[in-house]
Amino acid sequence: MAGDIEIGSQHVIKVENVTKAFATGKGTHVVLDNVNLEINEGDFICVVGPSGCGKTTLLNILGGLERADGGTVLHRGIPVDGPHPSRGVIFQQYALFPWKTVLGNVEFGLKLKGIPKRERTEIALHYLDLVGLTKFKDAYPKELSGGMKQRVAIARAYAVDPEVLLMDEPFGALDAQTRGQLQEELLKTWEKEKKTVFFITHDVEEAVILANRVIMMDTHPGRIKRELRVDLPYPRNQETKLLDNFTQLKNEVWMSVYHH
Amino acid sequence: MRRVYPAISIVGGIALWWVLALIPAFSKVLPTPIAVLQAVPQQLHAGLGTNIGMSLMRVGIGFAIALVLAVPIGFLMGWYRWAQGLLEPWIQFFRTVPPIALIPMVVIIFGIGESAKIFVIWTAAFLTIVISVYQGVKNVDTTLLKAARVLGANDFNLFWDVVIPASFPYILVGVRLGLASAWSTLVAAELIASQHGLGSMIEQAGLYYQVSVIVMGIFIIGIIGFLMDRGVLWMERRLTRWQETLK
Repeated sequence: MAGDIEIGSQHVIKVENVTKAFATGKGTHVVLDNVNLEINEGDFICVVGPSGCGKTTLLNILGGLERADGGTVLHRGIPVDGPHPSRGVIFQQYALFPWKTVLGNVEFGLKLKGIPKRERTEIALHYLDLVGLTKFKDAYPKELSGGMKQRVAIARAYAVDPEVLLMDEPFGALDAQTRGQLQEELLKTWEKEKKTVFFITHDVEEAVILANRVIMMDTHPGRIKRELRVDLPYPRNQETKLLDNFTQLKNEVWMSVYHH
Repeated sequence: MRRVYPAISIVGGIALWWVLALIPAFSKVLPTPIAVLQAVPQQLHAGLGTNIGMSLMRVGIGFAIALVLAVPIGFLMGWYRWAQGLLEPWIQFFRTVPPIALIPMVVIIFGIGESAKIFVIWTAAFLTIVISVYQGVKNVDTTLLKAARVLGANDFNLFWDVVIPASFPYILVGVRLGLASAWSTLVAAELIASQHGLGSMIEQAGLYYQVSVIVMGIFIIGIIGFLMDRGVLWMERRLTRWQETLK
Protein backbone atom coordinates (compact mmCIF):
# COMPACT_ATOMS: atom_id res chain seq x y z
CA MET A 1 0.00 0.00 0.00
CA ALA A 2 2.81 2.38 0.83
CA GLY A 3 3.69 2.54 -2.83
CA ASP A 4 0.33 4.11 -3.62
CA ILE A 5 1.01 7.12 -1.49
CA GLU A 6 2.15 9.97 -3.57
CA ILE A 7 3.48 13.09 -1.91
CA GLY A 8 1.24 16.02 -2.62
CA SER A 9 -1.87 14.02 -3.21
CA GLN A 10 -2.22 12.36 0.14
CA HIS A 11 -5.24 13.46 2.12
CA VAL A 12 -4.42 15.26 5.28
CA ILE A 13 -8.06 15.86 6.04
CA LYS A 14 -11.06 14.14 4.58
CA VAL A 15 -14.53 15.57 5.12
CA GLU A 16 -17.28 13.05 4.42
CA ASN A 17 -20.98 13.91 4.24
CA VAL A 18 -20.75 16.46 7.03
CA THR A 19 -24.09 17.86 8.08
CA LYS A 20 -24.90 20.37 10.79
CA ALA A 21 -28.19 21.91 11.81
CA PHE A 22 -29.32 24.23 14.59
CA ALA A 23 -32.72 24.26 16.19
CA THR A 24 -34.32 27.69 15.95
CA GLY A 25 -37.67 29.00 17.05
CA LYS A 26 -39.10 28.29 13.62
CA GLY A 27 -37.70 24.79 13.20
CA THR A 28 -34.29 23.56 12.18
CA HIS A 29 -31.82 25.62 10.25
CA VAL A 30 -29.47 23.52 8.13
CA VAL A 31 -26.05 25.14 8.32
CA LEU A 32 -24.08 22.52 6.45
CA ASP A 33 -25.68 20.09 4.07
CA ASN A 34 -23.68 17.06 3.06
CA VAL A 35 -20.27 18.63 2.68
CA ASN A 36 -17.47 16.56 1.13
CA LEU A 37 -13.90 17.77 0.81
CA GLU A 38 -10.43 16.33 0.59
CA ILE A 39 -7.57 18.47 1.78
CA ASN A 40 -4.19 17.37 0.49
CA GLU A 41 -0.78 17.90 1.96
CA GLY A 42 0.52 21.36 1.16
CA ASP A 43 -2.84 22.65 -0.04
CA PHE A 44 -3.73 26.27 0.51
CA ILE A 45 -7.50 26.14 0.43
CA CYS A 46 -9.59 29.26 0.58
CA VAL A 47 -13.28 28.94 1.29
CA VAL A 48 -15.36 31.82 -0.01
CA GLY A 49 -19.02 32.30 0.58
CA PRO A 50 -21.61 34.81 1.71
CA SER A 51 -22.26 35.13 5.41
CA GLY A 52 -24.49 32.38 6.69
CA CYS A 53 -23.06 29.73 4.36
CA GLY A 54 -21.62 27.83 7.30
CA LYS A 55 -17.95 28.34 6.50
CA THR A 56 -17.02 29.16 10.08
CA THR A 57 -19.03 26.17 11.30
CA LEU A 58 -17.11 23.99 8.86
CA LEU A 59 -13.81 25.34 10.17
CA ASN A 60 -14.89 24.74 13.75
CA ILE A 61 -15.81 21.17 12.90
CA LEU A 62 -12.44 20.61 11.24
CA GLY A 63 -10.76 22.07 14.31
CA GLY A 64 -12.77 19.85 16.65
CA LEU A 65 -14.35 22.89 18.32
CA GLU A 66 -17.83 21.87 17.16
CA ARG A 67 -19.37 18.50 16.43
CA ALA A 68 -21.02 17.57 13.16
CA ASP A 69 -24.51 16.12 13.38
CA GLY A 70 -23.78 13.68 10.59
CA GLY A 71 -20.76 12.55 8.61
CA THR A 72 -17.14 12.38 9.67
CA VAL A 73 -13.95 14.36 9.49
CA LEU A 74 -10.79 12.30 9.28
CA HIS A 75 -7.38 13.74 9.99
CA ARG A 76 -4.79 11.28 8.65
CA GLY A 77 -7.47 8.63 8.86
CA ILE A 78 -8.34 9.30 12.49
CA PRO A 79 -11.77 10.79 13.27
CA VAL A 80 -11.60 14.31 14.66
CA ASP A 81 -13.36 14.34 18.04
CA GLY A 82 -11.90 17.40 19.69
CA PRO A 83 -9.27 20.08 19.31
CA HIS A 84 -5.69 18.98 18.86
CA PRO A 85 -2.44 20.96 18.57
CA SER A 86 -1.81 19.30 15.21
CA ARG A 87 -4.64 21.47 13.88
CA GLY A 88 -3.83 25.08 14.65
CA VAL A 89 -6.61 27.66 14.56
CA ILE A 90 -6.26 31.39 13.94
CA PHE A 91 -9.26 33.51 14.85
CA GLN A 92 -10.44 36.79 13.42
CA GLN A 93 -10.41 38.37 16.88
CA TYR A 94 -6.74 37.36 17.40
CA ALA A 95 -7.54 35.68 20.74
CA LEU A 96 -4.25 36.61 22.38
CA PHE A 97 -4.06 36.18 26.14
CA PRO A 98 -4.05 39.80 27.31
CA TRP A 99 -2.26 38.97 30.59
CA LYS A 100 0.66 37.36 28.80
CA THR A 101 3.43 39.16 26.97
CA VAL A 102 3.96 38.55 23.27
CA LEU A 103 6.63 36.00 24.09
CA GLY A 104 4.43 34.41 26.76
CA ASN A 105 1.63 34.03 24.22
CA VAL A 106 3.85 32.30 21.67
CA GLU A 107 5.37 30.08 24.36
CA PHE A 108 2.02 29.00 25.77
CA GLY A 109 1.36 26.06 23.43
CA LEU A 110 4.94 24.90 23.86
CA LYS A 111 4.54 25.01 27.62
CA LEU A 112 1.45 22.83 27.32
CA LYS A 113 3.52 20.38 25.30
CA GLY A 114 5.95 20.18 28.22
CA ILE A 115 8.89 21.69 26.38
CA PRO A 116 11.52 23.01 28.83
CA LYS A 117 11.73 26.74 29.40
CA ARG A 118 14.94 27.46 27.52
CA GLU A 119 13.97 25.50 24.48
CA ARG A 120 10.50 27.00 24.23
CA THR A 121 11.87 30.53 24.44
CA GLU A 122 14.22 29.64 21.61
CA ILE A 123 11.40 28.26 19.46
CA ALA A 124 9.10 31.18 20.27
CA LEU A 125 11.78 33.71 19.40
CA HIS A 126 12.36 31.95 16.10
CA TYR A 127 8.70 32.35 15.13
CA LEU A 128 8.53 35.91 16.42
CA ASP A 129 11.48 36.63 14.17
CA LEU A 130 9.59 35.05 11.28
CA VAL A 131 6.72 37.51 11.75
CA GLY A 132 9.12 40.38 12.45
CA LEU A 133 8.11 41.05 16.05
CA THR A 134 11.25 40.13 18.00
CA LYS A 135 11.48 43.69 19.25
CA PHE A 136 8.02 43.44 20.82
CA LYS A 137 8.56 40.21 22.72
CA ASP A 138 8.04 41.84 26.11
CA ALA A 139 5.04 43.95 25.09
CA TYR A 140 1.49 43.17 26.16
CA PRO A 141 -1.16 42.66 23.47
CA LYS A 142 -2.88 45.94 24.32
CA GLU A 143 0.22 47.77 23.13
CA LEU A 144 0.04 46.23 19.64
CA SER A 145 -1.89 47.20 16.51
CA GLY A 146 -4.39 44.76 14.99
CA GLY A 147 -1.92 43.60 12.35
CA MET A 148 0.74 42.99 14.96
CA LYS A 149 -1.68 41.08 17.15
CA GLN A 150 -2.57 38.78 14.28
CA ARG A 151 1.15 38.25 13.54
CA VAL A 152 1.62 37.15 17.15
CA ALA A 153 -1.36 34.79 16.81
CA ILE A 154 0.20 33.35 13.65
CA ALA A 155 3.56 32.90 15.38
CA ARG A 156 1.77 31.25 18.31
CA ALA A 157 -0.01 28.82 15.99
CA TYR A 158 3.18 27.99 14.06
CA ALA A 159 5.22 27.50 17.23
CA VAL A 160 3.45 24.26 18.19
CA ASP A 161 4.19 22.95 14.69
CA PRO A 162 0.69 21.96 13.57
CA GLU A 163 0.17 19.96 10.42
CA VAL A 164 -2.81 22.03 9.33
CA LEU A 165 -3.59 25.67 9.93
CA LEU A 166 -7.25 26.62 10.09
CA MET A 167 -7.70 30.35 9.61
CA ASP A 168 -11.08 31.97 10.20
CA GLU A 169 -11.16 35.30 8.33
CA PRO A 170 -7.90 36.21 10.03
CA PHE A 171 -7.42 39.48 8.17
CA GLY A 172 -11.07 40.50 8.13
CA ALA A 173 -10.69 43.16 10.80
CA LEU A 174 -7.59 44.80 9.30
CA ASP A 175 -7.27 47.79 7.00
CA ALA A 176 -6.55 47.13 3.32
CA GLN A 177 -2.87 47.95 3.46
CA THR A 178 -2.13 45.80 6.50
CA ARG A 179 -4.21 43.03 5.01
CA GLY A 180 -2.14 43.04 1.79
CA GLN A 181 1.04 42.98 3.83
CA LEU A 182 -0.09 40.05 5.95
CA GLN A 183 -1.28 38.16 2.87
CA GLU A 184 2.18 38.45 1.37
CA GLU A 185 3.84 37.39 4.62
CA LEU A 186 1.52 34.42 4.92
CA LEU A 187 2.32 33.34 1.34
CA LYS A 188 6.02 33.58 2.06
CA THR A 189 5.73 31.53 5.22
CA TRP A 190 3.55 28.99 3.46
CA GLU A 191 6.08 28.56 0.67
CA LYS A 192 8.79 28.08 3.28
CA GLU A 193 7.00 25.90 5.85
CA LYS A 194 4.73 24.02 3.44
CA LYS A 195 1.96 23.71 5.97
CA THR A 196 -1.50 22.80 4.80
CA VAL A 197 -3.79 25.82 5.16
CA PHE A 198 -7.57 26.00 5.30
CA PHE A 199 -8.48 29.65 5.08
CA ILE A 200 -11.90 31.26 5.30
CA THR A 201 -12.69 34.62 3.79
CA HIS A 202 -15.47 36.54 2.13
CA ASP A 203 -12.95 38.58 0.15
CA VAL A 204 -12.70 37.08 -3.34
CA GLU A 205 -9.44 38.84 -4.15
CA GLU A 206 -7.86 37.50 -0.98
CA ALA A 207 -8.99 33.97 -1.84
CA VAL A 208 -7.50 34.07 -5.34
CA ILE A 209 -4.16 35.57 -4.34
CA LEU A 210 -3.64 33.07 -1.51
CA ALA A 211 -5.13 29.78 -2.59
CA ASN A 212 -4.18 26.97 -4.87
CA ARG A 213 -7.78 25.77 -4.51
CA VAL A 214 -10.76 28.04 -4.01
CA ILE A 215 -13.88 26.41 -2.59
CA MET A 216 -17.05 28.35 -3.24
CA MET A 217 -19.96 27.88 -0.88
CA ASP A 218 -23.63 28.50 -1.21
CA THR A 219 -26.05 29.47 1.49
CA HIS A 220 -29.41 28.03 2.74
CA PRO A 221 -28.42 25.29 3.09
CA GLY A 222 -24.67 25.72 3.32
CA ARG A 223 -22.96 23.49 0.83
CA ILE A 224 -20.00 23.41 -1.51
CA LYS A 225 -21.02 24.82 -4.85
CA ARG A 226 -17.86 24.67 -6.89
CA GLU A 227 -14.13 24.36 -6.70
CA LEU A 228 -11.58 26.25 -8.74
CA ARG A 229 -7.85 25.57 -9.08
CA VAL A 230 -5.70 28.67 -9.05
CA ASP A 231 -2.59 28.14 -11.13
CA LEU A 232 -1.04 31.56 -10.70
CA PRO A 233 2.76 31.40 -10.53
CA TYR A 234 4.76 31.59 -7.29
CA PRO A 235 6.10 33.55 -5.58
CA ARG A 236 2.91 35.57 -5.46
CA ASN A 237 2.80 39.11 -4.18
CA GLN A 238 0.75 42.26 -4.65
CA GLU A 239 1.94 42.46 -8.26
CA THR A 240 0.33 39.14 -9.02
CA LYS A 241 -2.93 41.03 -8.70
CA LEU A 242 -2.04 42.90 -11.90
CA LEU A 243 -1.97 39.73 -14.04
CA ASP A 244 -4.84 39.25 -16.50
CA ASN A 245 -5.16 35.72 -15.29
CA PHE A 246 -5.73 36.97 -11.75
CA THR A 247 -8.54 39.27 -12.80
CA GLN A 248 -10.15 36.51 -14.79
CA LEU A 249 -10.08 34.05 -11.88
CA LYS A 250 -11.31 36.70 -9.51
CA ASN A 251 -14.30 37.50 -11.74
CA GLU A 252 -15.08 33.85 -12.08
CA VAL A 253 -15.16 33.32 -8.31
CA TRP A 254 -17.11 36.49 -7.76
CA MET A 255 -19.77 35.57 -10.31
CA SER A 256 -20.10 32.15 -8.83
CA VAL A 257 -20.39 33.23 -5.21
CA TYR A 258 -22.20 36.53 -5.21
CA HIS A 259 -24.03 36.67 -8.53
CA HIS A 260 -27.15 34.66 -9.11
CA MET B 1 -5.77 71.45 36.85
CA ARG B 2 -7.06 68.01 37.77
CA ARG B 3 -6.21 68.52 41.42
CA VAL B 4 -7.50 72.07 41.65
CA TYR B 5 -11.22 71.36 41.79
CA PRO B 6 -11.02 68.61 44.44
CA ALA B 7 -8.85 70.94 46.53
CA ILE B 8 -11.36 73.78 46.17
CA SER B 9 -14.15 71.37 47.04
CA ILE B 10 -12.47 70.10 50.22
CA VAL B 11 -11.34 73.50 51.48
CA GLY B 12 -14.67 75.07 50.57
CA GLY B 13 -16.63 72.30 52.26
CA ILE B 14 -14.71 72.62 55.50
CA ALA B 15 -15.06 76.40 55.39
CA LEU B 16 -18.81 76.11 54.90
CA TRP B 17 -19.03 73.65 57.78
CA TRP B 18 -17.06 76.02 59.96
CA VAL B 19 -19.29 78.97 59.13
CA LEU B 20 -22.42 76.94 59.81
CA ALA B 21 -21.00 75.74 63.12
CA LEU B 22 -20.55 79.35 64.22
CA ILE B 23 -24.18 80.23 63.56
CA PRO B 24 -25.96 80.02 66.94
CA ALA B 25 -28.89 78.04 65.55
CA PHE B 26 -26.57 75.23 64.48
CA SER B 27 -23.82 75.42 67.07
CA LYS B 28 -25.56 73.11 69.50
CA VAL B 29 -25.73 70.22 67.05
CA LEU B 30 -22.72 70.99 64.90
CA PRO B 31 -19.24 71.20 66.43
CA THR B 32 -16.55 73.34 64.81
CA PRO B 33 -13.63 71.61 63.03
CA ILE B 34 -11.43 72.72 65.91
CA ALA B 35 -13.69 71.04 68.46
CA VAL B 36 -13.54 67.84 66.43
CA LEU B 37 -9.74 67.98 66.28
CA GLN B 38 -9.65 68.59 70.02
CA ALA B 39 -11.74 65.47 70.53
CA VAL B 40 -8.94 63.35 69.09
CA PRO B 41 -6.40 63.60 71.97
CA GLN B 42 -9.22 63.39 74.47
CA GLN B 43 -10.54 60.20 72.87
CA LEU B 44 -7.03 58.77 72.55
CA HIS B 45 -6.99 58.69 76.36
CA ALA B 46 -10.43 57.10 76.36
CA GLY B 47 -9.35 54.21 74.17
CA LEU B 48 -9.67 55.46 70.58
CA GLY B 49 -6.76 53.21 69.61
CA THR B 50 -8.55 50.15 71.00
CA ASN B 51 -11.74 51.12 69.21
CA ILE B 52 -9.97 51.46 65.86
CA GLY B 53 -8.04 48.26 66.50
CA MET B 54 -11.17 46.29 67.36
CA SER B 55 -13.00 47.54 64.28
CA LEU B 56 -10.08 46.72 62.00
CA MET B 57 -9.67 43.28 63.54
CA ARG B 58 -13.33 42.42 63.02
CA VAL B 59 -13.27 43.57 59.43
CA GLY B 60 -9.97 41.81 58.87
CA ILE B 61 -11.18 38.45 60.14
CA GLY B 62 -14.65 38.62 58.58
CA PHE B 63 -13.29 39.80 55.25
CA ALA B 64 -10.47 37.25 55.16
CA ILE B 65 -12.82 34.33 55.77
CA ALA B 66 -15.19 35.74 53.15
CA LEU B 67 -12.44 36.05 50.55
CA VAL B 68 -11.06 32.58 51.17
CA LEU B 69 -14.51 31.02 50.74
CA ALA B 70 -15.98 33.30 48.07
CA VAL B 71 -13.22 32.89 45.49
CA PRO B 72 -13.43 29.10 45.14
CA ILE B 73 -17.22 29.11 45.41
CA GLY B 74 -17.48 31.86 42.79
CA PHE B 75 -15.24 29.85 40.46
CA LEU B 76 -17.30 26.73 41.08
CA MET B 77 -20.51 28.58 40.24
CA GLY B 78 -19.07 30.13 37.11
CA TRP B 79 -17.56 26.90 35.84
CA TYR B 80 -20.10 24.21 36.70
CA ARG B 81 -23.72 24.62 35.84
CA TRP B 82 -24.85 22.39 38.72
CA ALA B 83 -23.01 24.56 41.23
CA GLN B 84 -24.61 27.65 39.75
CA GLY B 85 -28.04 26.04 39.87
CA LEU B 86 -27.66 24.94 43.47
CA LEU B 87 -26.14 28.08 44.93
CA GLU B 88 -27.35 31.01 42.89
CA PRO B 89 -30.94 31.22 44.20
CA TRP B 90 -29.73 31.53 47.81
CA ILE B 91 -26.96 33.95 47.01
CA GLN B 92 -29.25 36.18 44.98
CA PHE B 93 -31.85 36.03 47.74
CA PHE B 94 -29.53 36.93 50.60
CA ARG B 95 -27.94 39.62 48.50
CA THR B 96 -31.18 41.55 48.61
CA VAL B 97 -31.32 41.37 52.41
CA PRO B 98 -29.28 44.13 54.04
CA PRO B 99 -26.82 42.33 56.37
CA ILE B 100 -27.91 44.60 59.21
CA ALA B 101 -31.38 43.02 59.05
CA LEU B 102 -29.73 39.75 60.03
CA ILE B 103 -28.34 41.13 63.26
CA PRO B 104 -31.21 40.27 65.62
CA MET B 105 -31.24 36.69 64.35
CA VAL B 106 -27.47 36.48 64.51
CA VAL B 107 -27.45 37.76 68.07
CA ILE B 108 -29.96 35.08 69.03
CA ILE B 109 -27.79 32.39 67.49
CA PHE B 110 -24.29 33.62 68.34
CA GLY B 111 -24.92 35.88 71.33
CA ILE B 112 -23.40 39.34 71.39
CA GLY B 113 -19.77 38.22 71.30
CA GLU B 114 -17.23 38.71 68.54
CA SER B 115 -18.52 35.84 66.43
CA ALA B 116 -21.84 37.61 65.86
CA LYS B 117 -20.15 40.69 64.42
CA ILE B 118 -17.67 38.70 62.40
CA PHE B 119 -20.50 36.63 60.98
CA VAL B 120 -22.43 39.69 59.81
CA ILE B 121 -19.32 41.17 58.21
CA TRP B 122 -18.56 37.85 56.61
CA THR B 123 -22.05 37.72 55.08
CA ALA B 124 -21.74 41.18 53.58
CA ALA B 125 -18.30 40.61 52.09
CA PHE B 126 -18.90 37.04 50.99
CA LEU B 127 -22.03 37.81 48.97
CA THR B 128 -20.35 40.71 47.20
CA ILE B 129 -17.16 38.84 46.34
CA VAL B 130 -18.86 35.63 45.30
CA ILE B 131 -21.06 37.45 42.78
CA SER B 132 -18.08 39.32 41.38
CA VAL B 133 -15.95 36.20 40.92
CA TYR B 134 -18.87 34.32 39.42
CA GLN B 135 -19.48 37.14 36.93
CA GLY B 136 -15.77 37.14 36.12
CA VAL B 137 -15.76 33.46 35.22
CA LYS B 138 -18.97 33.85 33.21
CA ASN B 139 -17.41 36.70 31.26
CA VAL B 140 -14.25 34.89 30.23
CA ASP B 141 -13.97 35.36 26.46
CA THR B 142 -14.89 32.02 24.89
CA THR B 143 -12.47 32.67 22.03
CA LEU B 144 -9.64 32.62 24.56
CA LEU B 145 -10.85 29.25 25.81
CA LYS B 146 -10.99 27.98 22.23
CA ALA B 147 -7.53 29.36 21.49
CA ALA B 148 -6.15 27.55 24.52
CA ARG B 149 -7.88 24.31 23.61
CA VAL B 150 -6.49 24.24 20.07
CA LEU B 151 -3.04 24.81 21.54
CA GLY B 152 -3.47 21.63 23.55
CA ALA B 153 -4.95 22.81 26.85
CA ASN B 154 -6.84 20.24 28.96
CA ASP B 155 -9.53 21.20 31.48
CA PHE B 156 -6.98 21.83 34.20
CA ASN B 157 -4.94 24.14 31.92
CA LEU B 158 -8.08 25.96 30.83
CA PHE B 159 -8.96 26.68 34.40
CA TRP B 160 -5.51 27.47 35.70
CA ASP B 161 -4.06 29.30 32.70
CA VAL B 162 -7.12 31.01 31.25
CA VAL B 163 -10.08 31.24 33.62
CA ILE B 164 -8.12 32.35 36.67
CA PRO B 165 -6.05 35.08 35.01
CA ALA B 166 -8.97 36.23 32.85
CA SER B 167 -11.24 36.66 35.86
CA PHE B 168 -8.56 38.13 38.08
CA PRO B 169 -9.68 41.73 37.46
CA TYR B 170 -13.17 40.74 38.61
CA ILE B 171 -11.73 39.21 41.77
CA LEU B 172 -10.07 42.51 42.53
CA VAL B 173 -13.30 44.38 41.91
CA GLY B 174 -14.94 41.91 44.30
CA VAL B 175 -12.24 42.58 46.89
CA ARG B 176 -12.82 46.29 46.60
CA LEU B 177 -16.60 46.14 46.81
CA GLY B 178 -16.47 43.43 49.46
CA LEU B 179 -14.15 45.43 51.65
CA ALA B 180 -16.37 48.49 51.32
CA SER B 181 -19.50 46.59 52.28
CA ALA B 182 -17.67 44.82 55.11
CA TRP B 183 -16.60 48.14 56.52
CA SER B 184 -19.99 49.79 56.34
CA THR B 185 -21.72 46.72 57.75
CA LEU B 186 -19.22 46.51 60.59
CA VAL B 187 -19.91 49.98 61.81
CA ALA B 188 -23.63 49.29 61.71
CA ALA B 189 -23.15 46.04 63.62
CA GLU B 190 -21.09 47.81 66.27
CA LEU B 191 -23.74 50.48 66.63
CA ILE B 192 -26.20 47.86 67.71
CA ALA B 193 -24.38 45.35 69.81
CA SER B 194 -20.88 46.10 70.93
CA GLN B 195 -18.76 47.59 73.67
CA HIS B 196 -15.74 48.51 71.60
CA GLY B 197 -15.14 49.64 68.09
CA LEU B 198 -15.74 52.82 66.16
CA GLY B 199 -19.45 52.15 65.78
CA SER B 200 -19.98 51.71 69.47
CA MET B 201 -17.81 54.73 70.18
CA ILE B 202 -20.11 57.04 68.26
CA GLU B 203 -23.15 55.27 69.63
CA GLN B 204 -21.99 55.97 73.20
CA ALA B 205 -21.01 59.51 72.31
CA GLY B 206 -24.56 59.93 71.11
CA LEU B 207 -25.91 58.85 74.47
CA TYR B 208 -23.80 61.51 76.19
CA TYR B 209 -24.47 64.17 73.56
CA GLN B 210 -20.76 64.48 72.64
CA VAL B 211 -21.31 65.79 69.13
CA SER B 212 -17.64 66.46 68.46
CA VAL B 213 -16.80 62.83 69.24
CA ILE B 214 -19.55 61.66 66.90
CA VAL B 215 -18.25 63.79 64.06
CA MET B 216 -14.69 62.72 64.76
CA GLY B 217 -15.81 59.09 64.68
CA ILE B 218 -17.56 59.64 61.35
CA PHE B 219 -14.39 61.14 59.92
CA ILE B 220 -12.21 58.31 61.15
CA ILE B 221 -14.59 55.74 59.69
CA GLY B 222 -14.64 57.61 56.38
CA ILE B 223 -10.87 58.06 56.23
CA ILE B 224 -10.15 54.41 57.01
CA GLY B 225 -12.70 53.30 54.40
CA PHE B 226 -11.18 55.66 51.86
CA LEU B 227 -7.63 54.46 52.58
CA MET B 228 -8.65 50.82 52.25
CA ASP B 229 -10.33 51.55 48.92
CA ARG B 230 -7.28 53.41 47.64
CA GLY B 231 -5.05 50.58 48.79
CA VAL B 232 -7.02 48.02 46.80
CA LEU B 233 -7.12 50.33 43.76
CA TRP B 234 -3.37 50.75 43.92
CA MET B 235 -2.90 47.00 44.15
CA GLU B 236 -5.34 46.49 41.29
CA ARG B 237 -3.39 48.82 39.04
CA ARG B 238 -0.12 47.08 39.84
CA LEU B 239 -1.48 43.59 39.31
CA THR B 240 -3.46 44.11 36.11
CA ARG B 241 -1.26 46.34 34.05
CA TRP B 242 -1.96 44.16 31.05
CA GLN B 243 -5.62 45.19 30.99
CA GLU B 244 -7.04 47.35 28.25
CA THR B 245 -8.15 50.60 29.80
CA LEU B 246 -10.57 53.16 28.52
CA LYS B 247 -8.79 56.33 27.68
